[in-house]
Parts: sequence; structure tokens; C-alpha cells
Amino acid sequence: MKAKMLSYTRQDSPIHRLTGAVKLLFFVLWCVTAMITYDTRCLLAMFVFSLAVFKISKVKFRNFSFVLYLILFFMLLNQLAVYLFSPAEGVKIYGTSHELFHFAGRYNLTAEQLFYQFNILLKYFTVIPMALLFLLTTDPSEFAASLNRIGVSYRISYAVSIAMRYIPDIQRDFQNIAFAAQARGIDMSKKEKLGARIKNVSAVLMPLILTSLQRIETISAAMELRAFGHGRTRTWYNARPFAKGDFLALVLIVAISAGSTLLTFYDGTRFYNIFLNR
Amino acid sequence: MKKPIIEFEDFSFQYRAQASPTLQGIDLTIYEGEKVLILGPSGSGKSTLAHCINGLIPFFYPGTIKGSLRIRGIQQVDLSIAELSEVVGTVLQDPDGQFIGLTVAEDIAFKLENKNVPQQEMTDKVAAAAEAVGIEAHLQWSPHNLSGGQKQRTTLGGVLVDDVDILLFDEPLANLDPKTGKSAIELIDRIGCRPDKTVIVIEHRLEDVLHRPVDRIIVMHEGRIKADLTPGELLSSEILAETGIREPLYVTALKYAGCRITPDQHPEHVDTIRLDESIAKLRTWYESQVREMSPVERETVLELEHVDFGYEENRLILQDISLRIGQGEMVSIVGKNGAGKSTLSKLICGFHYPGKGRILFKGHDMRGDTIKERSRYIGYVMQNPNQMISKSTVYEETAFGLSVRKIPEEEMKVRVYEVLRICGLYEFRNWPISALSFGQKKRVTIASILVMNPEILILDEPTAGQDYRHYNEMMEFLLQLNHGGITVIMITHDMHLMMEYAHRTIVLADGRKIADDRPSAILTDPAIVETANLKETSVYQLARRAGFDEPQEFVRRFIEYDRRKRAR
Repeated sequence: MKAKMLSYTRQDSPIHRLTGAVKLLFFVLWCVTAMITYDTRCLLAMFVFSLAVFKISKVKFRNFSFVLYLILFFMLLNQLAVYLFSPAEGVKIYGTSHELFHFAGRYNLTAEQLFYQFNILLKYFTVIPMALLFLLTTDPSEFAASLNRIGVSYRISYAVSIAMRYIPDIQRDFQNIAFAAQARGIDMSKKEKLGARIKNVSAVLMPLILTSLQRIETISAAMELRAFGHGRTRTWYNARPFAKGDFLALVLIVAISAGSTLLTFYDGTRFYNIFLNR
Repeated sequence: MKKPIIEFEDFSFQYRAQASPTLQGIDLTIYEGEKVLILGPSGSGKSTLAHCINGLIPFFYPGTIKGSLRIRGIQQVDLSIAELSEVVGTVLQDPDGQFIGLTVAEDIAFKLENKNVPQQEMTDKVAAAAEAVGIEAHLQWSPHNLSGGQKQRTTLGGVLVDDVDILLFDEPLANLDPKTGKSAIELIDRIGCRPDKTVIVIEHRLEDVLHRPVDRIIVMHEGRIKADLTPGELLSSEILAETGIREPLYVTALKYAGCRITPDQHPEHVDTIRLDESIAKLRTWYESQVREMSPVERETVLELEHVDFGYEENRLILQDISLRIGQGEMVSIVGKNGAGKSTLSKLICGFHYPGKGRILFKGHDMRGDTIKERSRYIGYVMQNPNQMISKSTVYEETAFGLSVRKIPEEEMKVRVYEVLRICGLYEFRNWPISALSFGQKKRVTIASILVMNPEILILDEPTAGQDYRHYNEMMEFLLQLNHGGITVIMITHDMHLMMEYAHRTIVLADGRKIADDRPSAILTDPAIVETANLKETSVYQLARRAGFDEPQEFVRRFIEYDRRKRAR
């Protein structure tokens, strides 16, 4: 079948060796930092850094190519929308206006707007590689174990892991159900009109929900029979102790966050302004 | 002195949602170290009995208990599921559904994790348990890459990892092919022979379980214990016929020949049964049966010519498949998991297109036909009816295919009613589907396909999960449809189905067709039986033990005779 999309593949790299909780903390802090700053210098530095991390992780392009294209497409839409809704946002922020081109009415193209949207784009580009990496390099069960270690209830942690376990099964159920429905002449392809198509797809949902409920009943019975939820705590077969790399990663992300935030607010505003005459 | 480990005393149980008790007046004592088979048709209460032993009743499935049940001397209701799991290890029916971990190792470790066993100790115990069940080479594998048998081994490993006294198997053979089922029974036997282990197997496939000896058989019928005896006594009695359980085929063959079965013959296995004077009777019976008539010539309805198919460029799932199906034939397609059986049906229905080769319907190349167009003459019925049913009443579900085709209301009604009558569902036409039994649901799915007047019906495992009585009902129903002119193709693991109903059997292995012959020829060919994960039929073994020169011919005559008996 097709190469696995956006799911964990067993590999060995310094990134894979980090514990799941550290990766989550790193990712969250990274996102917050990237969201706060509009400082182009910080964003550029973070972007280069994330590319370097990507390289170290040895993740294969085909494991995420499809998702990447999807994200790029939506990013393009997002950029268009930002411009359509507020074409003068850049002018408002940077306080100057260098018009490059005029379309119609209030729609003109300014250097400020271009720069503002370039910064937004850059934000996405700093976050996307990290998000992909987090999904691709985190072993779900080890992640559950490390979530539990940092204080999340083991019932919730385990729910994460069990969801991962069942996603492929439910996908397969869906394929089979859709196959049987189509073999009954229930058309879900483009040949059918949109309204009918939606109705026909919903015919697949009911059996999918029923079979999934059945799965849930079986699995919860199986889990109870093996004493899940009895004790106040549990141990984890796949737990990994915090290693030197984990502490290193934590120190690194704290340094990056602090450095970036300092640099951003050094001149009193979130925005790095290239239009000022210094 | 034998020590009792499970004691039921005048025990009854009623599920909260049910109007009458599922178990009534159960008196049963199981002793330490015993190996017991609990036998009964669906709905006899055997699974409910198992749930009482492992604590799913009353803690997971609530209801009313009367009488007493003691496990190792302690009242069951005073314990919790977790405490019971210290004593009773359960292997549930569906090896896929109960696989909890993301890898084999984690799944085996699950119980230990919940008991807070330190990681280092856990690793050692998991390794030992994996070795005991022979899965140690796959510790890091995910469930999606394992076969059904491997999944079951893993689950068993997960039970053995924590030293329990009672091992409870709830229909361990349900989802396994014949060969894997055979090795599962061997594994259960190997583990159960330790004197401190008590083994309880819940099943309705008597012959398969008796592949290895059991001490005692408890027969359940309509919520009560009907009999409690040794295998030899059971096979010599009329109890099996009365409760609707299939007797071992070699016993049937002996009975056809007019032999009486007695416990001192040791009838519990085809290799141990003393034949003596039975041999003469078998010979007389054999001589009285006619030799084969030549098969009927049939017009070709479906033909595959050198079909190749693969999802990826250089990995073919099907290779050079050629076959033809005659009008009005009833054919079975067999082969182990991953042999390409379901891919083949997807090709025929038009879900995928062959890379090479042609698929012809009555001489017309179907390449240009869409799934929807093909659905007018080919119907496909899935194994699990719940995966097909999308409406809430029997009528709506059956009419669904017609309503998307915009057939006028009046005509639709006529056609649906007619099909429901054929399927014996007319009285249920306004019932909600959720109120039907598994077998009835299956019929609804068949009805919903038949209503579109297909000429070919493809069924994936039509008898999976059904006991002997329901199996018979389903197959006689399909036979009746077949006599009505519909060509039936069945994808199956079930050797009885093949033997009793298929005109012809096509065997796939590793994407190739390795055999295409009468079932009697397939089931007596050791090479094919081995590669397709089948099992030799015990009638063949009986014929050989009785010293027939042509055991294959004996099997064929048995099948012929058996079909005539059934048809009556």
C-alpha cells in the first residue's frame, strides 16, 4: 500500500532519541516564540535552525510530501485572504507608505504590506518544520509514557496512544465500507451531483460509526480484563529516562525563546521596521 | 484430592436489557489443572458463562445474579475485574480487536504496566512470555503487519506474562484459518499441560478443539448445562444432534456406514479411534455408492484472462490469474490471508483495474464499465453485515440500492417485497435492523444486493462467526438462490463450506492460482492443503486408516452422499 503518511516511523537520529515530552515542550515554546515575534531577524534565524534540525532527523520527504503541499496551498489562500481583508495593514504597522502598484479602490500594493506578509509567511515556515518533525519522530507510546511523567493522568496519556493504534484500523474499515457501498451502486465519485454525493457519503458514516463503537467495546473489555485503570499509577514498557540530549534541548529552547523575545522587544515594539530612517 | 477452583452453585444471570435470564440453574465445579471444553451453539449462554468467570459480568455487563460463584473459594462478586485478572487470564474472540499496544512487546507488557512492575523486570518477563508463545522474533512489530495467528499468540503472551492459574479462551478459533487454528489448539495444549494451569476453552467447533485431548466437555443449551461428560461419551451419544453442534466428520462418515460409536472405541480423535469391524461396514458402504458422473457443461458467465495486479509498480499482488466461472455455478475461492482473495473481488467489481489481462462478463470486456455499471450484474456481500447496513429498517435498507437508482416507488415496493419473501424476511420488513440477530442482518445485506437482480453474487466469508445451525440455514439459503439461477462465488476459509456446497474450489497462494478442482481433490492434496493454510479433512484420514486404495474417491463419495442427505 501507500507509504505511511504523517505517522511515526522507527528510525534512529538525535531527534528520534529525544523523549516525547521534551519534544512537545520544545514544540510549544517554539510556536509561542514564533507567534510573539515579528522580528524578521529572529524569524530568519529560527527558520534556518529548523531546517538544520530537519536535516539531522533524517526524515524522508515522501513521508510528509503530500501534507506539505496541502499546507503550502492553504498558506497561499491565507496570504490572499490577509491581503483582501486588510491591504493596508503593513502601512498601519510601519507608519510609512511606499506604493509600488495600484489595482483599484483601496487595493494598492505597498512595500510595507509586502514586508508584513513576508513576515507572516516566515512565521509559518518556522513552525511547519517543527510540527511535522514532532509528528514524524515521536513514538506514540513513548509519548504517552513521557506525558504521564510530566504529570498528565495516565488515563489521558493512554488515550493518546490508543487513538494512534486504531487510526489505521478505522481507515481500513472506511475503505471497506466505501467499497461495499460503491459496489451497490452508491456513487461517491465526481460523476454524481454534489448534493447526492454528500448524501451517499453519509451512507458510509453510519456503518463506520457502528463498527467503531463495536471496536471500542471490545477494546475496553480487553483493557479492563488486563487490569487497566485499577491502580493509581502505572509503569510504561517504553518509558525512556531523560538523557543528556533532552536537557540540552530544553536549555536550547529556553535560550532561543529568551533571545528572540529580548531582541524583539529591545526597541519597544514587536515589529522589526526596515522602513525607518536610522 | 482434586482442588476445586471454580464453583457455580445454582447460579443464574440476567442481563439488564434482557427479559429472561441468559443462564439458569448452573451447577458446575472445575478443578485445578483440568482442561475443560465448554461447548454450545450461539445463544446457548456459553460466552456469558465465560464472562462470569473473568468478571466482565457483572462489572462490565451489568445484570442480576442469583446463586453463588466462587473462584478459588472467594465469592466472585466480592472481587473486582482487576483482582479476578490475577487468577483468570482471558483470550477474547477477536485477536485484532483486543490488541491494545502499538507493538507486540507493549501488548504483552500491558498487564504488567498496569500492575506497576518496574521497567527492567518487565523487559525480562515480556521476553520470557514471548518465547513461550513463539513470537519473540516479532517483538517490535505493529499489529497491522501481523497475521491473525501471530496476534493471537501475542494476546496469549500477554496473559501468560502474569502468572495466572486459569486460562480462559473465548472462541479462540473464530477468526483463524484452519491451519492456524490447528496450531493454536496445539499451543493451548502445550501451555495447559503444566499441572498448575487450568484451561477452559469455549467453542462450538468440536472437531477442531479435539485435535488435542480435553478432560471434560460441558455442553450448554438454552442457558443450562445439558451434559457434563468425557469426549468419548459425548461422541457416542445423541447430544450433539440435539443441541445443533457439528459432529466430527469421521464420526459422520462412520455413522453413514451404519457403525455404532461407543466410548471404549476412543472416538475422540481420528487417529485413536478403534475401527476393527467398522472397516468392513465402511467398505460395504463405499461399494454401494456410485462412481462419479461427468460434470455438467456450463456457459461461461465470468472469465479472467491472465490478470496481473499490484498497487505498486513492481510488487504484484495478483499474477497471471486465469479462471472461468460457469453460469449457475457455486464456486469457492480459498487461500490464506494476503493471498489476494479480496483484491480479486475488488477487481471483478471494478474497484481497481487489472494491470494486464482482461476480465470478461459473458464475453464482454468489462474494462470500460464503472463500479456502478457492474453493480447491475455483480453483487458483493461483505463479511461483516454491520459494515454494509446504513439504514435503520429492513425495508429501507433493502430498497436503498434501488432508491439511489431512482426506481419508481411502486416498482420498488414490488421488487423489495419479493426479495424479502425469498430471504424469509418479509415478516420483519418494518423491523429496526438493530433488533435482528447476526444471521438475520446478514440476510438483510444479501437481500439488499439481490434486489438489484445481479447474475453473480460474490460473498466474503458468508458463514464466518456462525454456529452449525446458522451455517446450515445460510448455506441452504444460498443453495436455493443458486438453484434459482444465480452464480455464487464464495471467498472463504471454511473447509466444511467448501466440501459441502462448492461445485469447484479455486486456490490462491501468494497471488497465483495454484489449483482449480473439485473440493474433494483439493482437500486431499497435502501440498495444496499446506500452502493454502487448509487442513486435511478427517474423512480422508479415516479412509487411509481403514486401508482404502483410493482414499480420495472415498472422500468424494462421502461428499456426494452427504449432499444428498442434506438436500432431503
